[in-house]
Amino acid sequence: MKEYQTITEISGPLVFAEVDEPVGYDEIVEIETPQGETLRGQVLESSEGIVSIQVFEGTGGIDRNASVRFLGETMKMPVTEDLLGRVLDGSGNPIDDGPEIVPDKRQDIVGEAINPYSREYPEEFIQTGVSAIDGMNTLVRGQKLPIFSGSGLPHNELALQIARQATVPEEEEGEGDGSEFAVIFGAMGITQEEANEFMDDFERTGALERSVVFMNLADDPAVERQVTPRLALTTAEYLAFEKDYHVLVILTDMTNYCEALREIGAAREEVPGRRGYPGYMYTDLAQLYERAGRIEGKDGSVTQIPILTMPGDDDTHPIPDLTGYITEGQIMMDRDLNSQGIEPPINVLPSLSRLMDDGIGEGLTREDHGDVSDQMYAAYAEGEDLRDLVNIVGREALSERDNKFLDFADRFEAEFVQQGYDTNRDIDETLELGWDLLSTLPKEELNRIDEDLIEEHYREDALEADADEGEEAVQAD
Amino acid sequence: MSQAEDIESVDEDGVIESVSGPVVTATDLDARMNDVVYVGDEGLMGEVIEIEGNLTTIQVYEETSGVGPGEPVENTGEPLSVDLGPGMLDSIYDGVQRPLDVLEDKMGTAFLDRGVDAPGIDLEKQWEFEPEVEEGDEVEPGDVVGIVPETVTIDHKVMVPPDYEGGEVTAVESGEFTVEETVVELSSGEDIQMRQEWPVREARPAGNKETPTEPLVTGQRVQDGLFPLAKGGTAAIPGPFGSGKTVTQQQLAKWSDADIVVYIGCGERGNEMTEVIEDFPELPDPQTGNPLMARTCLIANTSNMPVAARESCIYTGITIAEYYRDMGYDVALMADSTSRWAEAMREISSRLEEMPGEEGYPAYLAAALSEFYERAGKFQLINGDEGSISVVGAVSPPGGDFSEPVTQNTLRIVKTFWALDADLAERRHFPSINWNESYSLYKDQLDPWWTDEIADDWAEVRQWAVDTLDEEDELQEIVQLVGKDALPEDQQLTLEVARYLREAWLQQNALHDVDTYCEPEKTYRMLTAIKTFNDEAFDALEAGVPVDEIQDVDAAPRLNRMGTSEDWEEFIEEIENDLEEQLRALY
Repeated sequence: MKEYQTITEISGPLVFAEVDEPVGYDEIVEIETPQGETLRGQVLESSEGIVSIQVFEGTGGIDRNASVRFLGETMKMPVTEDLLGRVLDGSGNPIDDGPEIVPDKRQDIVGEAINPYSREYPEEFIQTGVSAIDGMNTLVRGQKLPIFSGSGLPHNELALQIARQATVPEEEEGEGDGSEFAVIFGAMGITQEEANEFMDDFERTGALERSVVFMNLADDPAVERQVTPRLALTTAEYLAFEKDYHVLVILTDMTNYCEALREIGAAREEVPGRRGYPGYMYTDLAQLYERAGRIEGKDGSVTQIPILTMPGDDDTHPIPDLTGYITEGQIMMDRDLNSQGIEPPINVLPSLSRLMDDGIGEGLTREDHGDVSDQMYAAYAEGEDLRDLVNIVGREALSERDNKFLDFADRFEAEFVQQGYDTNRDIDETLELGWDLLSTLPKEELNRIDEDLIEEHYREDALEADADEGEEAVQAD
Repeated sequence: MSQAEDIESVDEDGVIESVSGPVVTATDLDARMNDVVYVGDEGLMGEVIEIEGNLTTIQVYEETSGVGPGEPVENTGEPLSVDLGPGMLDSIYDGVQRPLDVLEDKMGTAFLDRGVDAPGIDLEKQWEFEPEVEEGDEVEPGDVVGIVPETVTIDHKVMVPPDYEGGEVTAVESGEFTVEETVVELSSGEDIQMRQEWPVREARPAGNKETPTEPLVTGQRVQDGLFPLAKGGTAAIPGPFGSGKTVTQQQLAKWSDADIVVYIGCGERGNEMTEVIEDFPELPDPQTGNPLMARTCLIANTSNMPVAARESCIYTGITIAEYYRDMGYDVALMADSTSRWAEAMREISSRLEEMPGEEGYPAYLAAALSEFYERAGKFQLINGDEGSISVVGAVSPPGGDFSEPVTQNTLRIVKTFWALDADLAERRHFPSINWNESYSLYKDQLDPWWTDEIADDWAEVRQWAVDTLDEEDELQEIVQLVGKDALPEDQQLTLEVARYLREAWLQQNALHDVDTYCEPEKTYRMLTAIKTFNDEAFDALEAGVPVDEIQDVDAAPRLNRMGTSEDWEEFIEEIENDLEEQLRALY
């Protein structure tokens, strides 16, 4: 291992150094400052005679006399089952005063792509206990389902609720495959306060024991955010595919990650893409998100819930936009619902789970699940449309049918979506609640549901009770 | 490895000068543009994309972590080519035609390792070759010399390669051979094997393009009925994320009546490709009842696989499609998504520090897109036969904004446009093809086929549906302001009819066993049933029946069940009779 004192240029997070022997692309570098501090970095570009290095901890304190060591290998994460219960910083060093971690092996953090031929298609329903997700946008094992949120919205509460409540129903009945459940939490650029909130909840519920926490806080170097999710996912892959865990990875906040990507791109004077983000952001994000999945012949799985805050609540901004093109759907948080006090404020209309159709139905959840969800989507969408109209012409001008749809939309938000962060509803409860609401609509309007299912589940009395009420109200007038 | 050693061992063709992601430069490499090279000690596959003096720029199809200057670069002297021969159907390849199942075996892991190569077709396997020529026959390039039963559905035709001279057949074999053994010898000294090679960036030669007159029947009502695609035509499906592009593409791959389907997953999700790999072998081909995979070739270069291989996967796919076209088959190629392909070009171009065009895309984006779509068409083949390639490209516009360069440049070329709409998708109207924005320029040239095969009045009935939907669109604007009840009765009734057109006819449930495929006859009959309702209802209205009563007839909502009904002929007839009876009973 050769040491150089040949730094020629320091610019933002980048350091350029002259070398006299070849250095591999992506190799890890240690830089020792004259003050004796050791910083780590990675080779971004390697050419004959000169390399550019991206320094994770920031370039503060480096001068031209600093010495540069090339370690001759790409970045590795020391992995072991003992990581469960530990809290690490954004570069993977323990910060919880626990014992030293003795690695089982050291794994390359740039994960290789899973051969599409070796994947197993995800179709195991995960019950999150949240009706708006389970009923309308079902999550399955091995899926990547981001939460699209905005500043000031309670996405963290929702993520915690999911981490707390997520189960696979069979497991409760003892028919599971014996695999354990683990949570990997990767924080990028979140505030100390948010971090405390997560840690308190983890400790309160005892979830920490089965979790590994990676913390890159808002005042930690931005460049480190490039590494944090990769460390988290490498740990996740190890636990899932070598130790048979079902791993849920929560990454927050992906917006900070992308900002860091842009910062490095700018420092390298690259040709920028949309809004200054680098042109390779899609590929870069895909290399994170695509690390979710199942592999044939392995018991474990990696499920991802990345959280991102949409700048200006704009879902066409490059970060949510590129994310949406890679992930298998999205859960959309809504500011209006939040101000109405709906918990969680999930707007189901723009939300989507692409893997839902294969994870629900007879034998998985319930035979009527797909139809009920379709019908509620259609009815809620119609109710939403009518709200605009009501603002103009008033409710009286609408037909009886239209009024029923308006009521449906209101009750859907107030009873189905609204549940609070501590309520855990199982899938039966969620679907029965769905039928309660659908039964306020006339039977003939339920055109998305199979006739036999309507016979079986439709509550004949609900409509009459409603009608009676209506008549009474009229008489009372 | 020290530098000194390296310099001495330069019997290798070149030496790496710099590495930046997938772009590597090398010095002293004697290469032509687009030659395939092996890069570094691990022999990673790459392609020459720029030559400047002594400096050669290479895009590498594999991850380059750890590769450094000084490592060797070896030139193969061949352009990027695909192996063509029996065994391509029922296969799944990456972007440079390496079979993914073979890679899994060779690498012994579920993760894609580096530096492993595998031929596109199995070189060991014996195929039953049945000659179609005899000694003394004269053959020319493109002529079929024998038949190999490739899958239960498809007979693979072994042809004289297009770059041969041709001549008199001097020897013919018959029986079991591998793809590398000679099966026919010609007087010109040329030997013919079952395997050919062809460079992917060069179109295979064919004769004149003809005007397509036959529809590619997709089994999807909105596409067949309103915006048809011709066999040999081109179509684009743009839509924001979540609007159902991939499901629409997969429906086409499953149900369209092409002989061969080439499905390219270009920079998309791994799980989606897995779904195709798991589903297709189970599903029956609607024409033959054989497994769907028996007519399908899959190319999967998911978003996290190397970006340079994503750039080439489109070319690999279309070259395979051309090869089957040359056998006289109707081939349908689905590319999901061409935007990811364009982005791969952008990524490589920006690493080369080329001057960017619009939104950072390279200036040659339009040229690359049109070159690709121009390889589609209905062709007169060089052997006198006919074959076609239909191309359907998905486009993923950022933010769902159709004014971006990839969508715009695609629209300038393709003749069918299926615009997916996020609003429709949100209310679970699938397929979410927006009927106001979409178009098909093949409509008129395909009408004769519909008139001959399906019904004489096809064009009129379709026009009635289009007019009704247009009228609804206008009326909806008024309804948004004043409410439905403020409209005159006849307009209210039009809205009701249009609602059935949307819900009963345009919507189609891809997940329902029956509704997922709708034959053209059923598409037509369902439409005429709604027209029956329309005609009877307006008669009743004229006779003074209030619109509320007309809407309440209980036969009408049954129109919504036509799509999912298996015995549709009876079912529709029954509805029509009931409608007639019930509506006439009102006056």
